[in-house]
Amino acid sequence: MQTDTQRERFTIPIGPQHPALKEPGHFRFSVDGEIVTGATVRLGYAHRGLEKLAEKQNWVQNIYLFERVCGICSHTHATAYCLGVERLAGVIAPPRAQAIRTLVCELERIHSHLLWLGVSAHEAGFDTLFMYSWRDRETVMDLLEALTGNRVNYSVNVLGGVKVDVTEEIAQAIYKGLDFLEERTHHYLQVVSSDASFLQRARGVGVMTRQQAEVMGVVGPTARASGVTRDIRIEAPYAAYADFPPQVIVDERGDLEARFVVRLKELLESYRLVREILARLPEGELTVRMPRRIKSGETVSRVEAPRGELFYFLKSNGTDTPVRVHARTPTICNMTSVVRLAVGHQLADVPLILAGIDPCFSCNDR
Amino acid sequence: MILSEKGWQTVFDRIKTWARVNSPWVIHFNSGSCNGCDIEILATITPRYDLERFGVKLQGSPRHADILLCTGPVTRQARERLLRVYEQMPEPKFVVAIGSCALSGGAFHDCYNTMGGVDQVIPVDAYIPGCPPRPEAIIDGVVKLLQKLQQGEKAEVGDQKPGELS
Ligand code: SF4
Repeated sequence: MQTDTQRERFTIPIGPQHPALKEPGHFRFSVDGEIVTGATVRLGYAHRGLEKLAEKQNWVQNIYLFERVCGICSHTHATAYCLGVERLAGVIAPPRAQAIRTLVCELERIHSHLLWLGVSAHEAGFDTLFMYSWRDRETVMDLLEALTGNRVNYSVNVLGGVKVDVTEEIAQAIYKGLDFLEERTHHYLQVVSSDASFLQRARGVGVMTRQQAEVMGVVGPTARASGVTRDIRIEAPYAAYADFPPQVIVDERGDLEARFVVRLKELLESYRLVREILARLPEGELTVRMPRRIKSGETVSRVEAPRGELFYFLKSNGTDTPVRVHARTPTICNMTSVVRLAVGHQLADVPLILAGIDPCFSCNDR
Repeated sequence: MILSEKGWQTVFDRIKTWARVNSPWVIHFNSGSCNGCDIEILATITPRYDLERFGVKLQGSPRHADILLCTGPVTRQARERLLRVYEQMPEPKFVVAIGSCALSGGAFHDCYNTMGGVDQVIPVDAYIPGCPPRPEAIIDGVVKLLQKLQQGEKAEVGDQKPGELS
């Protein structure tokens, strides 16, 4: 017999195939009624062993491979890798190449944040917003395709530079696309901060204080939504970010709504940055010569991916293949926060809390 | 007119094929892909490409689905899960492998932890190459599978190789 005070506890397994997530991850939530009392996560379903494969391939082949760590932020991975290898070789890519890298980084951030907006709106049960934001996202996909020739893995980087150039025609198309997106983003900003049913799902849910954020070491927009001013683009400018500094967007509230607002405001900031880069694009060469063998040594390369800090470690022994390449991606830093924040919330809020950190399992597992 | 038992069977079969072709429900399983293909699948069901106009609905549970859209080179951890998802789907079921890595392992062919393609694990009915395939290509692949169903010939299991569908 059960009395009210000794209610049974259930464990609910979710995943790895799960309707709400497009990627494999396995979660176990113990619940008391509707309230989550404990959570564990098991990652690694998408582990392919990329880092090991990288040791068999030469430096150039690895660009192709590291673009495929993650299809959403592929350019960021390739940029981190190329910047690292260039540093090892003691080569600096020409200014125009750096600016184009930065340009594509920002375009990719736009596509990634719009994608995230749709997916998390879907988690919140707001499919209309999902469809609208993905419709608008096609605008930036078109721009990326016009610029680089591919919708997803752009292959912009080569060692020592880039292989695409921005023509006047493409620049005009980008200006036009951004005008449209800017208008839409203002609209979305209004939606996420005023729509009543949306606010019920997001306001005051999954609050992470600034102190918690610092202790758990979360990165990227998730940290910035809790008031942590941390952005590699400013702290350690790479590519052309020293010439085109972005503004850090922070929000003190730390709840889900804040994460929406921060990412949407970052979109606006990215639009500004892209326009500025296009207006002041340096002239000159696109590539410099790279040696085939890279001097022995080791280095670290950090870039700000759409989801937070991305960290590459590279080690060379003077041959044409790396000895070790290691990538640490933002999702692993942010994942602890999900397990913590889920406790005490209703089970129905958990998918949105998870989506709030913008998880990317394939980056994470590699 | 009173139909014989066989006659009724034919009528039922026709109705079933008609229903299946006009509203195939699909499920999406990521077996360790890089996400590139998955976001293109999602892009396919959103307004610009709108796969739903063919009656295709993305479904969360394998028990409700007719078509399994599978991406990724099938990692060793995901293999069990893929098999389980496949087994849970009701007959008849069809599998579409999306992306170079689902076809052959693609960029991850030499990785120690991958099986090297979906057809190493479960039978595949249609292959859509590309890294990632464009949404148009995904639509094309699904529509070709539907045409096949309409003609009533269930694809011979694991019989087709990339490119043979066209
Ligand atoms: S085919 Fe290419 S884009 Fe698709 S999942 Fe594999 S590596 Fe990623």
